[in-house]
Amino acid sequence: MTEPPFLRIEGLSKRFGAFTALKGIDLEVRRGEFVCFLGPSGCGKTTLLRAIAGLDPQEEGVIEIAGRDVSRAPPAARDFGIVFQSYALFPNLTVAQNVGYGLVNRRKGAAEIRRRVDELLALVGLPEQHKKHPVQLSGGQQQRVALARALATAPNLLLLDEPLSALDAKVRVRLREEIRALQKRLGVTTVMVTHDQEEALAMADRIVVMNHGVIEQVGTPAEIYRAPASAFVADFVGAMSFLDAVVAGPKALRTGALDLVCRDDRGLPTGTLVRLGLRPEEIRVRGVMPGDLNAVRVEVENLEFLGPFCRARLKPEVETAGPLVADFSANLMRDLDVAEGRRLLIALPPEALRVFAPPPGVPGQQA
Amino acid sequence: MSEVALRTVPQAEARLPPRIGERQVATVLIGLLGLILVVIIALPLWVLLSKSVQDSNGGFVGLRNFAIYFSTPTLFASLFNSIAVAALTTCIVVPLAFAYAYALTRTLMPAKSFFYAAALLPIFAPSLLSALSLLYIFGNQGFLKWALMGASVYGPIGIVIAEVLYCFPHALLILVTALSLSDGRLYEAAAALDTTPQRVFRTITLPGARYGIISAAFVVFTLVVTDFGIPKVIGGQFNVLATDAYKQVVGQQNFPMGAVVGMILLVPAVLAFAVDRLVQRKQVALLSSRAVPYEPKPAPARDLAFLIYATIVGGLIVATYGMAVWASFITYWPYNLSLTLKNYIFENAEPTGWGSYFNSLKMAALAAVIGTAVVFTGAYLIEKLKVFPFGRGFAQFLAMLPMAVPGLVLGLGYVFFFNAPWNPLNVLYGTLTVLVVNTIAHFYTVAHITATTALKQIDAEFEAVSASLKVPFWRTFSRVTVPICMPAILDIAVYMFVNALTTVSSVIFLYGANTKLASIAIVHMDESGTVAAAAAMATVIMATAIAARLLHLLLDRLVFERLQAWRRR
Repeated sequence: MTEPPFLRIEGLSKRFGAFTALKGIDLEVRRGEFVCFLGPSGCGKTTLLRAIAGLDPQEEGVIEIAGRDVSRAPPAARDFGIVFQSYALFPNLTVAQNVGYGLVNRRKGAAEIRRRVDELLALVGLPEQHKKHPVQLSGGQQQRVALARALATAPNLLLLDEPLSALDAKVRVRLREEIRALQKRLGVTTVMVTHDQEEALAMADRIVVMNHGVIEQVGTPAEIYRAPASAFVADFVGAMSFLDAVVAGPKALRTGALDLVCRDDRGLPTGTLVRLGLRPEEIRVRGVMPGDLNAVRVEVENLEFLGPFCRARLKPEVETAGPLVADFSANLMRDLDVAEGRRLLIALPPEALRVFAPPPGVPGQQA
Repeated sequence: MSEVALRTVPQAEARLPPRIGERQVATVLIGLLGLILVVIIALPLWVLLSKSVQDSNGGFVGLRNFAIYFSTPTLFASLFNSIAVAALTTCIVVPLAFAYAYALTRTLMPAKSFFYAAALLPIFAPSLLSALSLLYIFGNQGFLKWALMGASVYGPIGIVIAEVLYCFPHALLILVTALSLSDGRLYEAAAALDTTPQRVFRTITLPGARYGIISAAFVVFTLVVTDFGIPKVIGGQFNVLATDAYKQVVGQQNFPMGAVVGMILLVPAVLAFAVDRLVQRKQVALLSSRAVPYEPKPAPARDLAFLIYATIVGGLIVATYGMAVWASFITYWPYNLSLTLKNYIFENAEPTGWGSYFNSLKMAALAAVIGTAVVFTGAYLIEKLKVFPFGRGFAQFLAMLPMAVPGLVLGLGYVFFFNAPWNPLNVLYGTLTVLVVNTIAHFYTVAHITATTALKQIDAEFEAVSASLKVPFWRTFSRVTVPICMPAILDIAVYMFVNALTTVSSVIFLYGANTKLASIAIVHMDESGTVAAAAAMATVIMATAIAARLLHLLLDRLVFERLQAWRRR
């Protein structure tokens, strides 16, 4: 990739009094890319977005947009459009006036503005709503208007601050597909903040997972899901069950009395305390034979019905540091006649066993 | 095809730097606001403070003036008198107003809005109108003079009765708010546990309203200590702090001693302000956003009892103020009760005649227009712009300060500041300008809080959206913020107008030969013994203030409902 990044952030830090909201953030976003900042509330994702916009300027660090250093530039000099969770539509103006708000200032003719407003409203799927006021629209419609308003001045960067969080579940799913399709058609570089991992996985080209003011991992949705860089990322994106374990040798782990083989032990020396992570859908149940690699006899301790599948808590017959969590499809439940108290033979595929550093505070070496 | 257009059209424009530095404009405006507040609030108070530690020639004497004050029995006595009268009034008003507020919020008594309006009547008149009424009722020619059993209404008795009437609506407003903020679920829980009504009142109602009660008590106490009009009219030989300050400055030209009295008057007001701030923070925390408002259930006996109570109390208020209105139309009290308009020919009683009323109107209108513009714009600058945090914090502090400063004290500060030979602004002394400025400063805080509350309710991201669209904040201010906040802006304007009409305490030191106000004319007419004319002028002011309020309601109903169609679904 030879093209310089469209958005470049280097060494960015921001404090609110004694609280450090962002520390040493480095990030590059390519032209036309859709990037999601994902993390729990208070992780600094919104602060980072507002720093990019120039709304809450950073103390340290450089922000470049399209090769231009805008670190100290006011928001109006940065060329972006922004959409907020609250829509922030002007309630006393009509839909058309809202969308045209940024155009009026540019000495455009009334006819030209009208044509562009029409074009934008058609683009977001709201034709014929010009004369209405925001209160007369549903939440989803209001957010479309806000999107049209943000795109009206044809910014080269679109910033979305939790744009879907205030909407109903169904509307949210439909609108997220539409936003993604629109973004691809226009090719506008987009940064979206969200705390919803499903939203981030569904929409983003790349996800930036943040926690406590630092970036935990940057990667495509598949990379983030399949190869989480830390226990935090693994836990935050998708479900994962964790067991305390110790490295028993090369590619060998022991949790309690259970010995397991893994594919990647991260080169940790024997005796290192680790956390072992396992996604619930990766546990194999069908066709497991005694003597298979990592085969474990378990008892179904508890079943939680979640509609299309059941989440099961499995207690291994040998002693382990805790139970395993597995997702069973409705099919599998029927075929194997799974019920609470039922004994099963399962296998933990070596490639599904992920080794993480233990949480801070736990000593690194076993006695 | 349309996408191509979308991507290319304003590309070139986006590269242009913004035309005007918004941040610079914002910084300058905030600086300007700070400067205005320093001149109209901080400097007068500072001059008052320094005057109190100087001798008549301006030399520094430390606390000597205070020592003289506390060792002069005649002066010191009025401090005691003020506290006694204020304490007694507070003890009477707060329970009365609490029961009235309870009737309005917690019962199904009929005609609630009528009783609420009746109790708010005193707000629309100068404080001394209640004292003028008492002169007719209990005075030397009063028809109920016998009820005082030989005691004179001139003195503490008259002051306390008049202050009770005048302070009642102020306490009522606070207590109605406190009692409206209640969680209905608590009462349902109590009912589910089979709790007696007495216990519910003691364990839920009273604790829920306790901060309101504390706040009301302090507000009433301060109002009485710092009120000038009532003791002036009905105090007789009974001296209080407020009349002392007037006598020291206007009568004896003893400015340092006037300043000392002003500083002492400041103490209860500052205390009340501090308590009020503290209490408000707790009051808000008391009620979670999930609370369900309390809906009273029918209880005929209770509702009837409160109806009788409200009729008596509301009736007494209306009767007293009605008495003054009636008296203003009477030919010669109490000998010739035939009705006449001659008391309204003010030229007979006082040289400025109707001129003082028109001065008042002009002053109130200017204060309403200029004050509202300054206060609302100022609140916007403080609340919505993110630049110059020190300046915004400083301006916020100064904007909250007048609440803690009684009008009389602010008036004294203005005398010393705008009358000082070294001050280039002293050309303003005695002009309408200084009266307008003083009135705006005097009522700044409540207006500022109203504006800030309205601004806090609108989306915090409007300025961010405008910036992203490269629309300067002043355009969004005029096109979006002001239209949305129009109801609050009107509220502020009416508040300023009504208070500018009725205030006496702070402007009494500041008027000039051509700028005498109606409220001051009332004081002078009462002094010269033309009480009927004084009552007539007070009636005119009250009628004007009520008319302004009704006009506001009408405007709200007819015009803004239509203009603000965007609020409705």
